[in-house]
Amino acid sequence: MKHLRSISELGADGLSRILKLTESMAEINTRAVPKVPALRGKTVVSLFFEDSTRTRLSFETAAKRLSAETMNFSVSTSSVNKGESLRDTIETITDMGVDAFVVRHKSVGVPWQISQWTNASIVNAGDGAHQHPTQALVDCFTVREALGRQDLSGLNLTIVGDIKHSRVARSNIQAFSLLGANITLVAPPTLLPLNIEHWPVKVSNDLDAVLASTDVLYMLRLQSERMAQGLVPSLHEYSTRYGLDEKRVVALQSSAVVMHPGPMNRGVEMLIDPSDIPNSLIHRQVTNGVSVRMAVLFDLLSAEELS
Amino acid sequence: MTIVVKGGSVVGVSGVEKVDVLVDNDIIVKVGKNLTGDIALDATGCHIFPGFVDLHAHLREPGREDTETIETASRAGAKGGYTALIAMPNTNPAHDSVTVIEFVREQGRKAGLLDVFPSGCITMGRQGEALAPLAELSAAGVRIFTDDGSGVQDPVLMGRAMQYAKSLGITMAQHCEVSALTQGAVMNECGCSSDMGVPGWPAIAEEMMVQRDIEMSRITGASVHFLHLSTARSVELVRAAKSEGLNVTAEVTPHHLSLTQELLTTFDPIYKVNPPLRSMTDIKALKSGLLDGTIDAVATDHAPHARRDKELSLDQAPPGMIGLETALGVVLSAVDLDPVQIAAVMSRNPARIAQITDNHGCNIEVGDTANLCVVDLDAMWQVNPAKLASKSKNTPFVGRQLRGMVRSTMYRGQITVQDGEAQK
Repeated sequence: MKHLRSISELGADGLSRILKLTESMAEINTRAVPKVPALRGKTVVSLFFEDSTRTRLSFETAAKRLSAETMNFSVSTSSVNKGESLRDTIETITDMGVDAFVVRHKSVGVPWQISQWTNASIVNAGDGAHQHPTQALVDCFTVREALGRQDLSGLNLTIVGDIKHSRVARSNIQAFSLLGANITLVAPPTLLPLNIEHWPVKVSNDLDAVLASTDVLYMLRLQSERMAQGLVPSLHEYSTRYGLDEKRVVALQSSAVVMHPGPMNRGVEMLIDPSDIPNSLIHRQVTNGVSVRMAVLFDLLSAEELS
Repeated sequence: MTIVVKGGSVVGVSGVEKVDVLVDNDIIVKVGKNLTGDIALDATGCHIFPGFVDLHAHLREPGREDTETIETASRAGAKGGYTALIAMPNTNPAHDSVTVIEFVREQGRKAGLLDVFPSGCITMGRQGEALAPLAELSAAGVRIFTDDGSGVQDPVLMGRAMQYAKSLGITMAQHCEVSALTQGAVMNECGCSSDMGVPGWPAIAEEMMVQRDIEMSRITGASVHFLHLSTARSVELVRAAKSEGLNVTAEVTPHHLSLTQELLTTFDPIYKVNPPLRSMTDIKALKSGLLDGTIDAVATDHAPHARRDKELSLDQAPPGMIGLETALGVVLSAVDLDPVQIAAVMSRNPARIAQITDNHGCNIEVGDTANLCVVDLDAMWQVNPAKLASKSKNTPFVGRQLRGMVRSTMYRGQITVQDGEAQK
């Protein structure tokens, strides 16, 4: 595999391969010294044009645990302005000798554009509202780990919130459907994308109606700017109808698990403290983030078997 | 000195006739069999059309001479068979003063490759806030007014512009886009835009303004021309307005007849254009609109952009593609038009809309100004960016096989293009 830019590019086989490889990486991460020389001599550049805490740190940690060199290109707010030549930036860094770029950009499609200008591998760490493939890999791995099974056929995944602007939702819909899950999207009509009859999902505007049949409840962050844009009448109405509170946690099946990609917007979509949710996988998502990203970097950059 | 265009078939208003055309200086002096002249321009196996007229070209001068100049656009136009271009007003400064209009016209005259007719702005600086000096610009010879690049949003202002248009006998050409509905849009609102997570440009944003201006034309009696129609419903609205006898005309671009929204899934800004590429259903409706006369003209919306600008991300890259040199080939590859229809949509109708029939869109008869082009309708050719005369190379048709090639162009009796090569 040369690049990881979307889940559909990865495909079912690639998805299984990375998830399997993640198990080996998770084992490395349990060791007293969680470091292997697998990517010694390789250079990974973090190119984050948009703010990130957990994704950037987990990629950097992953690269270091595989003994890759890391370069962190910090993009000041000013250079993200219109008119900046992304091509010059990429070509310059490529000239220094780089094996992979980990890219986050607010604009959809940037990872594809960049791959025309470099021979290095591209990992999409989020492009606009389009894709965030490593988050979906983390989520699939976390669900399989929690359920103790690899095949997710028949599993009912409910994704709640701002689907329209969510790259996490787009990647997860592709990934979980490749693993056989049934997916229901729950959101007010204005936060659902239009013309998605071809998506492998059911759609509902009523969270309470789907809770009882949900196996995995995936809460998305609602940015307060959506209210400013008039997409929801008020944050209060939104959290009343779509927020996770104690009553809704009780309405879930006892085996159901709760997930959130972070950062959480407490008081909006999360009205209950996550530590009060019996089957929250939110911490496992963060922990597994490092293992998954190790697997991705290894898969892209290593020609050898992991010893 | 006389030139005889020899061996071709002349495309008249009602049919095609195999005759030669003799040109003396800039006037057609004879049309008939076996004519001779001082110089022969070979048209064997080709059709002779009135020189093409483009209602919609962005020449970028003044302001962005790094991407195109009036001279380079004129050369590109000549290679595309054009003898007249309507220059869009979104230059810097914009076409909202007689000074700028005269500058553009003069640069066209200096290039001397075709007639450049500047359009005028409807509003000052195309800001949509105050009327441009319509009567003054009209007195300076401007016949078409538009804020192209944006539509005039304010219905009060547009209504006043139409009252002026009616009294001056000028045409309001609208870029139909309700901008509140297209904030941040990079492509048609469709399944692909939802897959990609990008804001869509919905068809209704065009159709609302088409409908508004049809109603305003009904009220004021002003002549309204709809630029670059792109949706099936817009075609229906214009068809209905025409059947009522309202004073409306419309154009379509070669790219809206041939390319669909799915191309945007490559994330390549070369396909970003405004209005956006639409669906196959829209293409079908645009084609039938062109064939049944609902759409009067093909117009290029030739929009040169620097490579560095088209290498920005999809949301930041400017919309637009060049089209002067590929227009005929793209249209003929997409739509089955007969020679008389080609002459109508590429030359005679746009000349009438632009009110330049004195010298353009002729019937190729004795006494007409010798603005002609010679086209091999069956020749196949491939678009090679290195051979384009336009200063910018932002065409999505690179490498495409196109049917229909402009062999030669004659502008006011001068051969500007021969065997596909610009002569100056």
